[in-house]
Amino acid sequence: MKQLVDVVVNGERKRIAQGATLLEVLTELELDPRAVVVEHNRRIVRRPGLGDVTVAAGDAIELVHFVGGG
Amino acid sequence: MPTAVETVLDTPLTIGGRTFQSRLLVGTGKYPDMDTMTRAIEASGAEVVTVAVRRVNLDRSKETSVLHFLDPRHFFLLANTAGCYTAADAIRYARLAREAGFNDFVKLEVIGDEETLMPDVQGLLEAAKVLVQEGFKVLAYTNEDLVTALRLEDAGCAAVMPLASPIGSGLGLLNPLSVRTIKRRLHVPVIVDAGVGTASDACVTMEQGVDGILMNTAIAAAQDPVAMAHAMRLATIAGRAAYLAGRMPRREIAVPSSPNRGMLD
Repeated sequence: MKQLVDVVVNGERKRIAQGATLLEVLTELELDPRAVVVEHNRRIVRRPGLGDVTVAAGDAIELVHFVGGG
Repeated sequence: MPTAVETVLDTPLTIGGRTFQSRLLVGTGKYPDMDTMTRAIEASGAEVVTVAVRRVNLDRSKETSVLHFLDPRHFFLLANTAGCYTAADAIRYARLAREAGFNDFVKLEVIGDEETLMPDVQGLLEAAKVLVQEGFKVLAYTNEDLVTALRLEDAGCAAVMPLASPIGSGLGLLNPLSVRTIKRRLHVPVIVDAGVGTASDACVTMEQGVDGILMNTAIAAAQDPVAMAHAMRLATIAGRAAYLAGRMPRREIAVPSSPNRGMLD
């Protein structure tokens, strides 16, 4: 069993396996990586790189998409 | 349906190298439901639709992405930076929007005042310069100030978008002279963005000679958004056609339309 760490995803505190990649975080949240844009500690991580970036305790992750707007 | 423009020689609307047939651009916000939105956008004939960048709802039972209801292969998605109050925030949102992978256009908004949603022109210029440098095609939402419009053009914006009246106000074109002046002085397309309330507003706006018009609330908040979208489509076409036709001069005295000669004794 991997150790869990606290990260903040879209302003909500989440418990994530230590060393999980951003791609694994998306899978865990049942989000399609093609349908979201990921910002990790204020830096955009492009889709091909999502499997290479690991999260650590205290990280801030923003997952955004397009909604209705003017 | 035949349109007036088919009998008028007009060029298509070209912004940042992309060409569009419709001069009406529409938003996707504030609709009562997604079905009404898709039908209204269809009825508007718009090719460019604006979208906002927001957090994904982590509760997967609530699907909120607008792309589930609008096919991005059929519409040109124009992401906005609505809700941003600083240049830094607007730049951040624009970068996120571009990463979605559709295009490098952004409708840049830097808001300076919560009550009026008036643009912060200083922040706007600052953000525009950075984003143009990064290769964005910037469509800048601004007020009716000529000098700001000129500076946005100098900064490399692909289009300048003066407001007709405050966002969501439905007050119509409050300052036709300023909008006309901006259109006369700029070389990049001028798209009036925000403030129209009904079809006559859209028509009067297009009669000023601007290149296009962008609206959201006027359609979404109408009693029947689909019918209003249709009206807006016709009004945009009519206003453009009237501008191209060239209106008669205004006179403050009457001139009879029927001959004075040939009257009976």
